[in-house]
Amino acid sequence: MTDKYDAIVVGGGHNGLVCSALLARSGKQVLLLEANEQVGGAAITRDFADGYSVSACAHVLYNLQPSVLKDLKLSPTLASEDMTTIALDDDGEHVRIKGNKVTGAREGDAETYKAFHKRMTRFADLLKKFFNKTPPRLTKNFEDLLTLGQLGFDVRRLGKTEMEAFLRLIGMNIHDEVVERFDCPVLKGAISLDAVLGTHLGPRSPNTIMTYLYRLAGAHGRTAVPQGGMGSVSQELARVARDEGVTIRTGKPVKRIIVENGRVTGVETEDGERFDSLTVVSNADPKRTMMTLIGARHMETGFTRRMHHMRARGNAAKLHLALDGLPDIPGMEKNEYGERIVIAPDEDYVERAFNPAKYGESSTEPVLEITFPSFRDESLAPTGKHVLSAVVQYAPYERKGGWTDEARQEFESAVIRVLEKYMPDIAQRITASELLTPADIESEFHITGGHWHHAELTLDQFLFTRPVYGAAQYRMPVDGLYLCGAGAHPGGGVSGAAGRNAARAILSREKAA
Amino acid sequence: MSVFEVPQGRLTTPFYDRMKAVDTINSWHEWKGYTTPDELYCGETEYFALRNSTGVFDITPMTKYRITGPDALPYIDRLVTRDMSKIKPGRVAYAVWCDDRGQVIDDGTIFHLKEGDYRLCSQERHMSWLKAAAIGFDVSIVDETHDVAALAVQGPTTWSILNNMGLEGLEELKPFGLTHFDFEGTELMVSRTGFTGDLGYELWLAPEKAEALWDALFDAGKDYSMRAIGVHALELARVEAGYLAAYVDFLPAHATVRTGHTRSPLELGLDWLVDFKKPNFNGRRALAEEKRNGSTWRLVKLDIEGNKVADSAYIFSDSKARKKSIGFITSAAWSPVCKQNVAIGTVRTPHGDVGSNVWVEVYYQREMHWNREMAKATVVDKPFWFPPRRGATPPEPF
Repeated sequence: MTDKYDAIVVGGGHNGLVCSALLARSGKQVLLLEANEQVGGAAITRDFADGYSVSACAHVLYNLQPSVLKDLKLSPTLASEDMTTIALDDDGEHVRIKGNKVTGAREGDAETYKAFHKRMTRFADLLKKFFNKTPPRLTKNFEDLLTLGQLGFDVRRLGKTEMEAFLRLIGMNIHDEVVERFDCPVLKGAISLDAVLGTHLGPRSPNTIMTYLYRLAGAHGRTAVPQGGMGSVSQELARVARDEGVTIRTGKPVKRIIVENGRVTGVETEDGERFDSLTVVSNADPKRTMMTLIGARHMETGFTRRMHHMRARGNAAKLHLALDGLPDIPGMEKNEYGERIVIAPDEDYVERAFNPAKYGESSTEPVLEITFPSFRDESLAPTGKHVLSAVVQYAPYERKGGWTDEARQEFESAVIRVLEKYMPDIAQRITASELLTPADIESEFHITGGHWHHAELTLDQFLFTRPVYGAAQYRMPVDGLYLCGAGAHPGGGVSGAAGRNAARAILSREKAA
Repeated sequence: MSVFEVPQGRLTTPFYDRMKAVDTINSWHEWKGYTTPDELYCGETEYFALRNSTGVFDITPMTKYRITGPDALPYIDRLVTRDMSKIKPGRVAYAVWCDDRGQVIDDGTIFHLKEGDYRLCSQERHMSWLKAAAIGFDVSIVDETHDVAALAVQGPTTWSILNNMGLEGLEELKPFGLTHFDFEGTELMVSRTGFTGDLGYELWLAPEKAEALWDALFDAGKDYSMRAIGVHALELARVEAGYLAAYVDFLPAHATVRTGHTRSPLELGLDWLVDFKKPNFNGRRALAEEKRNGSTWRLVKLDIEGNKVADSAYIFSDSKARKKSIGFITSAAWSPVCKQNVAIGTVRTPHGDVGSNVWVEVYYQREMHWNREMAKATVVDKPFWFPPRRGATPPEPF
């Protein structure tokens, strides 16, 4: 069977759903093909133990773009909203961060944090504007020049001091900044963790202030957990897409994108079915899209080399625990289990956790971002029982010796040991567990390297050069092919910006043609 | 730690001792790590041997890559601009390869030795680029520069000499063909290729048999006044033949820093090597755009009035040089065999139509004093030296 569509979207991650919905709204016949049985990509809710379910990969909303919500008239139901980040201290002197307020830190830190937060959110707002646009190229194109001019103007408008600060900070590491400003180790650790979550970077790595700004660019760092887990956001997006007329087919992995005479003409699925379209939009990561689905022989050598060397080695694992009850956390109130909890006792602890990962080993004392999604959402666990969902760093994708059963066991034990310091009875409460290493994330969600952002968030793979030079405007160097996932500008996280920008780029290109 | 042997200093080719034996003036230079002769006795004598009988030039230092594997054809087809599926086993193709911007990295010859087994020969080294081009292809690329000895045997009497040497059936070999012979138990490859624009062959074999081949060749040609030649004689023949030299007539893209100083194949008059019917090759998108929008430069072959060699001269559109120059000469020579003052140059489009006239500002020195002359030049289409025997099969015996 062959069918002719105006556009085929490969992959039903949240960006693919956003993109297809927007394309369909402007009158396109859109087919979306998803490999897994449910749409959402890494933003799904699924069972991991009998009666327990969890957001399988992404578990906290922090940069869902208001532009996306507005365009699609979405308002996800949230179980927890504007969460407090509770940075655990082993003596129970936890630090609580919410908005620009810090409590429990050392003297002076609260004031400093207020100023720090103000500056950072201001810079983040500047970036946010560009996260909702196609990054400009240095050409004579009027749109590009306008966007570029605007970027320059916005930076200049910060004023002399702040502009200098922006330009100085954007390439800097978060470690130097927190050490200079703050006194409280737990606060420094928590900020460092926010800067490196989901990346193959430590707090001393360059441009971790940029990744921190990236995190703030959605909602100034406000975090939320959707009712029903992250999957409910995807389901909601799928509903909107279907309402707009998108045909969604799940369980249809795409084997290859068909290229004829230098342009795409459709896709072929693993089961041999072929779908025709002169526009193919890939929500898959850039490497999978170009190196596997397209293939080097349809690209030129310089571009292939850049794609080949693009960095996307995931380092964040996901741990799910089924608990027979909430663990005791000394120093935390009973009503605080619905907040966001982090374990990163100080900035050097985070860097030390990263050290082994540089050499292909997993952390022996990992850092964690934890939620108890079942605390405010009874649908996720049997009554009285609970789910712990944690992002655990660092677990390198390319682990020396591979992710064998022993390696997984060793890493999981290391995580439990760290948890036990803050939750003494956690081990007794566990009735089932699931560890997803980046290798598992790669195989379950088809993300090369199991990386949240599809392509590392570093300055050389950012803005004008994301994912690589020559591919930053969603359009790939094969006619009719576009990228719409996290690997495209601006990056990953459940944000929707890449999907929205891609749809707009496709539509405006069509208008120009 | 293991210590392995690395050749030290300038290398010598397996023919070095034979060349040294006939060398009388000791004028050598370095070519890609090897010592290679400028002249062995007298550049002019060597040139006339080449044009009137046979000249033998040692091309062992030329870069040679062996490309094999299941994807060898699609790999090479994407690498170069021409359609390589048309080059059957036993054939040789002149080709250029470009970067993604459609700018020439180098030119060279590709020998289709056997099905899926190729040798790529070029002036420059390219392993890094060839490896990058191999990402996603099942091919093996081996540098065999040092493992293959090679001689260019060029001139009107070459077939007769090689026939005397016992290479039976060589008369059947067409230009850009290659064939194999047994030479004292070793495989000798002979291709009808060269850099002189005349009848000529190139001989390729294992270095161990190099001296034996040299001896057999010179023995077979002892009645023909054939000579070993150096680069000076070859360079003159190269310009007469209108062939391009890297770093002279174009700058390899990977060695160029300033934008606008590279050249596309369209700008080098190599349109015939660019096959837009191929859906993808390196530089295709950029070249298609250049084809639509027009090129900046155009390569020209010039027939210049007078006898003053126009080395590095500026080219003007009028005789008084009142307007800005439109280009410059990159190679120039007085051609003894054509009795012509010839040059290869590059001009800005739309100048340089075939048959049109341009003016060349020639500076020359007479007893220390510099003189300037505006010489009229005509843009020509064909190579300056293009004798019918170059393409004749079978070649005429002498």
